[in-house]
Amino acid sequence: MSRPRVPAALIALAGLGLLFFLLPLAGLVLRAPWDQAVAGVTAPETATALELSLFCSLAATAIALVLGIPLALVLSRTAGRLRNLLRALTTLPMVLPPVVGGVALLLAFGRRGLVGSLLYQAFGIQIPFTTAAAVMAETFVAMPFLVIAVEAGLRSLDPRYEEAARALGARGWMVFARVTLPLLRPAIFSGAVLCWARALGEFGATITFAGNFPGRTQTVPVAVYVALETHPDSAIVLSLILLAVSVAILVGMRDRWLGAL
Amino acid sequence: MTKAMLAMLSVILVAGCGGSGWTGYSPLYPPLTIFAASSLQPAFDKIGQKAISQRITTPTFNYAGTQTLTAQLLQGGPGDVFAAADTAHMTTVDSAGLLSGPSRIFAHNKLEIAVGSGNPKGIHTLADLSRSGLVVVLADPSVPAGKYAQQALSQAHVTVHPASLELQVTGVLSKVALGEADAGIVYVSDIVTSGKVDGVTIPDSQNVVADYPIAVLKAASNAAAASAFIDLVISPDGQAILKAAGFQGV
Repeated sequence: MSRPRVPAALIALAGLGLLFFLLPLAGLVLRAPWDQAVAGVTAPETATALELSLFCSLAATAIALVLGIPLALVLSRTAGRLRNLLRALTTLPMVLPPVVGGVALLLAFGRRGLVGSLLYQAFGIQIPFTTAAAVMAETFVAMPFLVIAVEAGLRSLDPRYEEAARALGARGWMVFARVTLPLLRPAIFSGAVLCWARALGEFGATITFAGNFPGRTQTVPVAVYVALETHPDSAIVLSLILLAVSVAILVGMRDRWLGAL
Repeated sequence: MTKAMLAMLSVILVAGCGGSGWTGYSPLYPPLTIFAASSLQPAFDKIGQKAISQRITTPTFNYAGTQTLTAQLLQGGPGDVFAAADTAHMTTVDSAGLLSGPSRIFAHNKLEIAVGSGNPKGIHTLADLSRSGLVVVLADPSVPAGKYAQQALSQAHVTVHPASLELQVTGVLSKVALGEADAGIVYVSDIVTSGKVDGVTIPDSQNVVADYPIAVLKAASNAAAASAFIDLVISPDGQAILKAAGFQGV
């Protein structure tokens, strides 16, 4: 089967789009102080920020999987106005400026927040300025990406598999675990990757809700922002490290998980 | 794409290229872009109005942390006037050859401890900030306010364990105002203009005086108007506005 030809004008626009992505990246790579890269990688502050970033983004993705897949399932099985409302609520963090998301989290989970005040008065627990706050900020901003991807996967699912399973006597939970979930694997995978990537790059909600303290809430994007104004060179090195780590993990996961698809 | 859409698009593009096209009005007096430290916002907004009423200039302000403004200027950010919260960053911009003349100090600011209104935790000195169980937020040492706070704490021989090192002094202020932090170290002017937090005075022996320098940038499109704006800031009118906003005059 020969592939349909793409019109030349569209190819030109696609090239322009690609260039728009590539030029800033090229700027980063070309301007990077490579002689300092080794020192940048081995600096203890870099390792601390990177470790925290990986932990927080993976924790956020795990929470998003546990809460987001059921949410997507409910969304896909709801109809009409209720669905539109639920979907609008779920995707709200995608359009909300992350800094506003951070303020919203403070107003809900802060010491004087709706839920946070109860936690603080009953147990003396304060969420802001803790690693938990960084994880929550990342989950808030990144989970919609997973929900949207999984919901799209659920909509394109052939309902006959689930019907057949039910006809053979499988109950609700079993159908979900043995039929729906395995069929959804590609959608869950791509949703989780999007969610993780968004969580890894999260800045605005984190700095607002969790603050900035090395080893506790200073993730790589925050460390890059701090460094940008004092040591721009190490900021570039740190950004490239983040880029390299995410590319490596994506490639690694692809071999491991996508090979079976 | 319809013709109407194309026409609209071209209008947007042309307006975008026209520079001041986005502001939606044609300025009567020479426009100036003023890079000013975020702590100056309440005072400079008022001085800007005065500049328009005295027909000196129609200023546009770019407020951010002094360290952010410095980075922007070093990367070629277009500005006419630079007003910084410390002399160190002004020197950086000067040594990069970006100033058209020497800078002038136009105001001073001091530090104060910001606490929740009514001072519920009973904080009276810098030493109180080292009390355990107290949530203290400072500005990051890369921010002028954070650097000054460190100096004040070391002069008072106090060690604090901050919960967060905020990237702007306004971040410290908002965390105290929202009740997430029990205390923070900010400028006197921040507390005067915020109205949502109380201030605890730091004695002069422990306090730090921040000098605010201002200068015309070499890239200024209208150097005469830029100098006139600086003259206004230093004039009795400008100084009165700065004092009302909690700064000390020169």
